[in-house]
Amino acid sequence: MQTTKENSKSTDSQNTKFNFDYAPALESTDIVQIKDRNLLFIDGKWVAPSQGKYFKTINPATGLPLAEIAEASTKDVDNAVKAARKAYTKTWSKLTGAERGRYLFRIARLIQERARELAVLETMDNGKPIKESRDIDIPLVAAHFFYYAGWADKLDYAIPGQKVSPVGVVGQIIPWNFPLLMAAWKIAPALACGNTVVIKPAETTSLSLLLLVQILQEAGLPDGVVNVITGAGETGTALVAHADINKVAFTGSTDVGRLIAKTVAGTNKKLTLELGGKSAHIIFEDAAIEQAVEGVINGIFFNQGHVCCAGSRLLLEESVSEIFVEKLKIRMQQLRVGNPLDKNTDIGAINSSTELEKIKKLITTGQNEGAEFFEPNIEMPDKGYFQKPCFFNRVSSAFTLSRVEVFGPVLAISTFRTTQEAIAKANDTPYGLAAGIWSEKGSKVHKVASSLKAGVIWANTYNKFDPTSPFGGYNESGWGREGGRHGLFPYLNTKQGAK
Amino acid sequence: MRTISIQKENGNPLVISAPFVDEVGANERADSFTKRSIKKDSKLSALYLAISMCDLTTLEGADTPGKVQQMCAKARYPVPPDLISEYLNKKNLSSIPSVAAVCVYPSMVPVAVKALQGTNIGIASVSTAFPSGQAPLEIKVEDTRFAVEKGATEIDMVINRGAFLSGRYQQVFDEIVEIKKVCGDAHLKVILETGELGSYDRVRLGSEIAMEAGADFIKTSTGKVTPAATLPVTLVMLQAIADHYRRTGKKIGMKPAGGIRTAKQAIHYLCMVNETLGSDWLTPDLFRFGASALLNDLLRQIYKEVTGRYYYDKAFSID
Amino acid sequence: MSLNKKMQIAKTFKLFIGGDFPRTESGRSFPVYRFKSKDIYANLCLASRKDLRNAITAAQGAQSGWQNRSAYNRGQILYRMAEMMEGKRSEFVDTMSDTLGYTSAKANTEVDKAIDSFIYFAGFTDKYQQLVGTVNPVSGPHHNFTSCEAVGVVGLIAAKKFSLSDLVSQIAAIIASGNTVVVLMQTEGAATISPLAEVMATSDLPKGVVNLLTGQAEELYTHFGSHMEVHSLSYQDTDKKILGEIQTLGVENMKRIIKPINDLKSLDHILNYVEYKTVWHPIGN
Repeated sequence: MQTTKENSKSTDSQNTKFNFDYAPALESTDIVQIKDRNLLFIDGKWVAPSQGKYFKTINPATGLPLAEIAEASTKDVDNAVKAARKAYTKTWSKLTGAERGRYLFRIARLIQERARELAVLETMDNGKPIKESRDIDIPLVAAHFFYYAGWADKLDYAIPGQKVSPVGVVGQIIPWNFPLLMAAWKIAPALACGNTVVIKPAETTSLSLLLLVQILQEAGLPDGVVNVITGAGETGTALVAHADINKVAFTGSTDVGRLIAKTVAGTNKKLTLELGGKSAHIIFEDAAIEQAVEGVINGIFFNQGHVCCAGSRLLLEESVSEIFVEKLKIRMQQLRVGNPLDKNTDIGAINSSTELEKIKKLITTGQNEGAEFFEPNIEMPDKGYFQKPCFFNRVSSAFTLSRVEVFGPVLAISTFRTTQEAIAKANDTPYGLAAGIWSEKGSKVHKVASSLKAGVIWANTYNKFDPTSPFGGYNESGWGREGGRHGLFPYLNTKQGAK
Repeated sequence: MRTISIQKENGNPLVISAPFVDEVGANERADSFTKRSIKKDSKLSALYLAISMCDLTTLEGADTPGKVQQMCAKARYPVPPDLISEYLNKKNLSSIPSVAAVCVYPSMVPVAVKALQGTNIGIASVSTAFPSGQAPLEIKVEDTRFAVEKGATEIDMVINRGAFLSGRYQQVFDEIVEIKKVCGDAHLKVILETGELGSYDRVRLGSEIAMEAGADFIKTSTGKVTPAATLPVTLVMLQAIADHYRRTGKKIGMKPAGGIRTAKQAIHYLCMVNETLGSDWLTPDLFRFGASALLNDLLRQIYKEVTGRYYYDKAFSID
Repeated sequence: MSLNKKMQIAKTFKLFIGGDFPRTESGRSFPVYRFKSKDIYANLCLASRKDLRNAITAAQGAQSGWQNRSAYNRGQILYRMAEMMEGKRSEFVDTMSDTLGYTSAKANTEVDKAIDSFIYFAGFTDKYQQLVGTVNPVSGPHHNFTSCEAVGVVGLIAAKKFSLSDLVSQIAAIIASGNTVVVLMQTEGAATISPLAEVMATSDLPKGVVNLLTGQAEELYTHFGSHMEVHSLSYQDTDKKILGEIQTLGVENMKRIIKPINDLKSLDHILNYVEYKTVWHPIGN
């Protein structure tokens, strides 16, 4: 366009190119108080770990320690299970569903009231952008409690024609990628169904669950109904192996899930597992391309790619693959990696140095296997654990990146020619957690959705979550569903239980 | 992908394609720009930039020379020079810029020309039987010719929605071509009136037709129909501009008009332009706000940023 | 002039795999005795690991086709099985009387119950979806629904303590939702494989949907448990040790292991063999 007289006007900004740097917009951490030393929560009381051991939790954005966390021993786990058993027998199972529901409603409200505090703490301990903890994680936590609160007195409707009863004491182990949200996914349905809980957060992200404990106390939840034992793998093993647990619920890696399943084998414990994935994200040539690009960005870079259902395998119809990749590159150039507390940060810190190393190693593998590597030319923070978002193009099905879960902001791209081929490629994985489909053709969307072997199908959208919507995978992505009416089933016994 | 065939004036065929737009996805993406938090220096420079992008507008049956003169004075000096200059000097800031253009009916163009003599402020005139566009092409052409002859430097035409909605895309295309011919040096902004088109798919298609037919700018709305400009509808048009640029190397401008009243909204738009088209488009040459109330809010926010005090309405003139 | 009863043609007992009636590739057999006389009633095939593999391959090949049949069609076929079983009533009665010592009345009652089970699940194929499928009211402009899908290939290790009606319920519940199944029948009751396979073969049931083996769980359970193409394994016998080992072996492909089920004629029974799929789609213009 020509510059004509009306355009050469007065501001300074016109003579030089306007550079729209977004000044840092940091969320204040004043609202959060972190204790130097954090104890276990057993039977309604804060107790020191029996062996006196503590470990540090780190702020991954700085690499600096935030606090010390108690390491629960086998004895502590036993105490927690005993407390949960006592609470189950003496108090919780004596309440009516309506009464249990009241507690859960109250918890939901308190979470809403303290939302900002929870969001800031989550971001500090986990490294996820404040934008996400504030707008996604914490609102969903409250919504989850609110949803299951209402189920507590309606369990007769859970399975048509079935009388149901609680399972008993539930042992729950949750991951570090959505610390508080996963706690809500586990605790809310368990309590609504009349069970009591012993829960272990991931060792790198205990703090938000410990803050939730304060909320549970504030809500007046009876002692022992929820017990929190912090610690690492050994603590988890002790919990899973405990003889007086009726059910185990785990979210995490498929490898650990297998270990847990083996431990539980041969016992009467119920078990649900929400494990890994290598979810296909299929873009057809008739997709709404701009929204599809956005869907892919959200699918793989949301929460630094630390999402079990991340759309990590992008399958492009060959006729649109070039333009799509070009648009993706341009879009990635706009991603802002940085301080998770900055409200403008799109991609925050990788949760730990261990995870960062794993990601880096897989990127090296990808490069060695010969796929085309791309990363945008964007600024990166100079401290903390960060990974630049990237993708590999022309990844063959046999390459590591097509098969192994990276659990980071790394996308593997390949192409297909027909709908049949897209379905076959999408299903070419031992996992089966999620998949994405982009097409403006309704009948094709339904055809592909019904042909994909995955528990969650996002059609013309991706990475959406809701308490009413069941979540969980086929095949090696796990057992059972969380969320929705189906999320009640694992926490209930029907009369058809084991003989 | 929606594809239509047009015959160009020289008889050559022209295929125009528009990808489909998922409404929910477009809304979500647009909403993400409202989550941007622009503070401090970034905010101040964005506010300055936004003022320089304003097309200060009055398009009423009640417009009089007096009203237009008032507005032109405001366009020239959005704020009396000495009101906050002390503060600006103290902070080593440049003076408040004048707006990009005023936007008036053709009959008011001579008034505006006179009032803005000696400035670089553009004079935009709506034309083509604004706002409905329901007049014969000859009338639309004459309407435009009149405005240009009287000194309009920019023409804001409306597309023929009647033709568009009944699928007569050739007619829509031809009318733009005809108007472009009489524009001469004046820049042509093509108003889609997105609030009447009914879907983002059609907004996208209308954008493609307008750009192919010779628009220098594409513009959302007349301001006479609700909804006027929205973030998502502007996003869809920006994406059309981005694709057009990739295809042809030609930079088309964008003008959301109507409904943008606050500085905060304006900054959301600027973030969206920045992240969709890049900073190349952050210039009045390529981006405008069609607004009237917006200017005062931009001034209020600047006042607040530089003085540390909240504005008081009386500080700024009402026009 | 009729032949002496002893000269009637005896039936050769074979396996039922992929719609065919092969002998075991191993050439092995195990005897089943008459309940009263303790004479040999028949030599049943002692299915080998390879037979199991072939059966799983057949079940795998048939699975998506069966799943994609309409629920109505699956129901019709299950009902047809009931009809075919009625037609073979005397053979079932005779086999059970001979090998299990049932009175005629008891054997007939068993057949009645088995037929009833086929009919029960025939009528369920187009209803369980409506009972547990949901439309989920998510916050935001998205249509969201959860439906049931077949798990895939299911292994079924039947109880040693034979019950025709239990076995029919278990098979019917598994295939009702579009799964295919490889059944291991054990002990004397396994002699019913002959009329049962013929019911399957004459009911318009696609080849490979139901595959019947006779043999010993002790020999085959590790192969059932470790096979990567078996998505779910139903262990309906009582040996806790075998169950535990199956659970451990199944971890390799995260097999769904189904413990013994009490209430066989129930919605819950079907739900053991389904996966829930949730689909999101925006609601826009």
